[in-house]
Amino acid sequence: MTEHFKMDAPATDRRLDDMAQGLVGAPLDRPEGPLKVTGTATYANEWQVEGMVHGVMVRAPGNSGRVVLSNRNDVAKMPGVLSVIQDDRLLRNPAQGTANKAPIQGPQQAAYLGQLVAVVVAETFEQARHAAQSLMVRLEDGEVRPVDPATAAVEPQDDQTLDQGDLDAAMKDATHSVDEVYTTPSHSSSPMEPHASIASWEGDDLTLRGSYQMLKYNRNELADSLGIHPDRVRILSPYVGGGFGSKLGLAPEAVAAAIAAQELGRPVSVALQRPQVYEATMRRSETRQRIRLAADADGRLSGFGHDARVSNLPGEVFAEPVLQASHFLYAGKNRQMSLDLARLHRLCAGSVRAPGEAVGVTVVENAMDELAQKVGIDPVELRLRNIPETDPESGKEFSSRRFREALESGARAFGWADRPGLKERREGEWLVGYGMASAARINALMESQARVTLQPDGRARVETDMTDIGTGTYAILGQIAGEMLGLPRDRVDVVLGDTTLPPAAGSGGSWGASSSGTSVYVACQAIRRQLADRLDVDEKDLLLKDGRVTFDNQTKALGDVLQGDEIAKLGHVEPGDTSTAVRQATFGAYFAEVAVHAASGETRVRRMHGSFAAGRILNAKTARSQCLGGMTFGIGIALTEEIAFDPRDGHVANHNLAEYHIPVNADVPQLTVELLEERDDWASPLQAKGIGELGICGAAAAITNAIYNATGVRVRDYPATLDKVIAGL
Amino acid sequence: MRPFEYTRAQSTETATRDAAGGAMFIAGGTNLLDLMKLEVMAPAELVDINRLELDRIEETEDGGLRIGALVTNSDLANDTRVRRDWPVLSRALLAGASGQLRNKATTGGNLLQRTRCLYFYDRAMACNKREPGSGCSAREGFNRILAILGTSEHCIATHPSDMAVAMRALDAVVETVKDDGSTRRLNLDDLYLLPGDRPDRETVLEPGELITAVVLPAPVAGRQTYRKVRDRASYAFALVSVAGVVAMEDGRITRADLAFGGVAPKPWRDPQVEALLVGQTPSEALFEKAADQLLAEAEGFGANDFKLPLTRRTLVSVLTELTQEART
Repeated sequence: MTEHFKMDAPATDRRLDDMAQGLVGAPLDRPEGPLKVTGTATYANEWQVEGMVHGVMVRAPGNSGRVVLSNRNDVAKMPGVLSVIQDDRLLRNPAQGTANKAPIQGPQQAAYLGQLVAVVVAETFEQARHAAQSLMVRLEDGEVRPVDPATAAVEPQDDQTLDQGDLDAAMKDATHSVDEVYTTPSHSSSPMEPHASIASWEGDDLTLRGSYQMLKYNRNELADSLGIHPDRVRILSPYVGGGFGSKLGLAPEAVAAAIAAQELGRPVSVALQRPQVYEATMRRSETRQRIRLAADADGRLSGFGHDARVSNLPGEVFAEPVLQASHFLYAGKNRQMSLDLARLHRLCAGSVRAPGEAVGVTVVENAMDELAQKVGIDPVELRLRNIPETDPESGKEFSSRRFREALESGARAFGWADRPGLKERREGEWLVGYGMASAARINALMESQARVTLQPDGRARVETDMTDIGTGTYAILGQIAGEMLGLPRDRVDVVLGDTTLPPAAGSGGSWGASSSGTSVYVACQAIRRQLADRLDVDEKDLLLKDGRVTFDNQTKALGDVLQGDEIAKLGHVEPGDTSTAVRQATFGAYFAEVAVHAASGETRVRRMHGSFAAGRILNAKTARSQCLGGMTFGIGIALTEEIAFDPRDGHVANHNLAEYHIPVNADVPQLTVELLEERDDWASPLQAKGIGELGICGAAAAITNAIYNATGVRVRDYPATLDKVIAGL
Repeated sequence: MRPFEYTRAQSTETATRDAAGGAMFIAGGTNLLDLMKLEVMAPAELVDINRLELDRIEETEDGGLRIGALVTNSDLANDTRVRRDWPVLSRALLAGASGQLRNKATTGGNLLQRTRCLYFYDRAMACNKREPGSGCSAREGFNRILAILGTSEHCIATHPSDMAVAMRALDAVVETVKDDGSTRRLNLDDLYLLPGDRPDRETVLEPGELITAVVLPAPVAGRQTYRKVRDRASYAFALVSVAGVVAMEDGRITRADLAFGGVAPKPWRDPQVEALLVGQTPSEALFEKAADQLLAEAEGFGANDFKLPLTRRTLVSVLTELTQEART
């Protein structure tokens, strides 16, 4: 009953456009929304499992040495304490996204301050927390280890090196050039819901209620960490209170809960404390990025250089992929790129909110603003002049690219024509400026499966282990199935977040909607064909709407066609040749107005607009919300967000929501979003591309470019906090 | 959090007696509960004073205002008399925390909240305020939010309150009662101690001594403002704040009551700065001189060096605003 589909050729038939139900693209509410806002959606840590006890984890106080729990026996005797667990299977580092196997284990050797080395389990949460706080952790035989990327040893990433033409010569011959270094700090995902797991065993079978983004991988990561077969592991994650990358891979609390539950023979709940989320999940690496642009008198690029240094713990292969969009965003036939990975002892670096482009495109867009200033042309015009015809490195065509339209339409919507000259507009003590930046993000389709069952009662059920991390998966999968099967949205049930269901691509990399959506589409197409067979008509001549089937000038109720049968199909999509035949990416443009206080240097974003093209929009409301979220975090990158590392031991000094500054409501003004109509036949049979991360990929540069327009101050060291602004005022 | 005894006080007499015996007062608990969860503070006994009738705002005979210690920050900020006659206080309150916190936080508790120094809150780090004699890990650490005035080699923490800064500018007086029934009045400058070699001691209050009210003197002529400079637009502690009450007459400054937050272990006020301004014609040069005076002994510790220029710029900006408004 499996319907297999490999994306080997462009899907030019655009079948969704033939459908009649009118659900796909509609700005429908998320069906689970009322549950979430009324507190009745049960999140991982909220389950009340019979006999459950509580574990609290304990951290290493330094970044080197062997862990010794000095008063372990005393703590074990504290009221309510059931066990103090040290175990070589506990995670030293969290798992990277799509790792699919155990990450680095064995926390008894400290690698970073904050590493979770033990779990204390007690009858109540309060007893466990008090006991955990009473546990004295000492490190023996430690050494001084590098925590500063500027002085740590680096490993060049040879597979990231590009040398095309002669950039040095192009820089020398250029009429105008930019050669600047930009730095961005480490960022934290900071999901509202901390990482939490409840583990319970029945015999050899483990059930984990967790908060994870990619369950099929997480199941294998958990099984491998415990040394058991993946068939023995079930993960439930129906609601996730934000992930932003930090829940792509398995985190320490899951393994701790599983080990503790096994040892005690009781269900164990382990939730990370807020500081532990900051210290022991994932950070985005800080970056140092040198951008070189060589241009002629008209601003046309002859050269483009992007050389970066990022960092990670020893043994980790993830290197923040900041070059990702630099390969295709702009023209320039002489190109040079490189990426160095510094080895140091800060917490693990991994995927956080659009890894790569969120900070990579941002600094490119700062450099482009600097170039526009030097050439003396409008920054929008500079971008328009440098849109390459084809991929500037491979020569491949773009699958679809409404980049020019986004720049032009965005400029119109924002009122860019009224942009003040440099340092020209002042309102009282506020200096006002406009800035813009391009948006770009790679697109990918990933293997994904879903089962769709058309029931005899005329309802449909969609089942997959896909997750909804607040993005709208429940909404869009129901819309796709309803559209294809001609059912109103409320006659489609969507069941997610359970590894007993068909394995999906998971939520991450912006690929969730198009990948899992395609698996639903494929299953629905198979159902449509079976219906057509029953009626002895061609599937294309079948019109399904509101639970009725119209064909050959007659209409029947779906139930009459099914005659008590159900039709169940498993849709299975895999990426194919279209992934490599063309360059696939999403594009857009941001425009921002800021006011900078002339005395304090405080920046307030007054308004911000984004125009985006990401293929077919599956739900105009949830897509817009994704873009609003991205732009909001763009404000964070621009102005407030930074993990503050202690310079001596590399620990996260600002490890809570009060001091790690996510933008608050007062920081976020009216944001407007325009979604451009687009169909990308190469991306998926839905003609949809990923939109989850596009809203952040360059957004911060629109704000820092606006600060320059307002004040003449170029802040090249993010975030543009007031101290850096007043230094130039 | 360590297990603790809990008592609900029925009167100030029992409350102060319990506290003299080692209990700690709790009112809104917006800071204390966090500290207890982290075991930065671990009182063996709490005495809940919320039922004491200290939640009224009353006018005093001389035209001032007596604010009960249990008046919430929200109620105080929204009191029509405060908004009309002491707007700097209302503005300071509304610049602090969040709506939810202001609904719980009380006047007395706000005055006695602990520093937000990141190293004070992290028990793995040395902190003389948390553990006298253990050292100060903030001095050479991430000290962006910490003090530039009134510090000692043992501690560079700031007092985080906005409300107290405005009260300091308004010459507010704190009223207390001790377990023997005696009362005293302290102005805010005398309430707080500088860290010296005992940063764990933050006020002159004795064991069992309870703040019952804060008294504002009668309103004075002049313009008032509270300027808070911070790293995000809301829900962030002040990097620098200035509470100012400035009056002008015939083109000259006749009053310049100025208090500063975010820069010192207590709401900071420098009489020499005010003396330098009063009687003078406002000018940028004069304001710069005032800033020179204010910052004469200021010292940064690396990540907070920017607070020196920031304080200067903010002071000049506030004085410009208040004197310009007063002239028009």
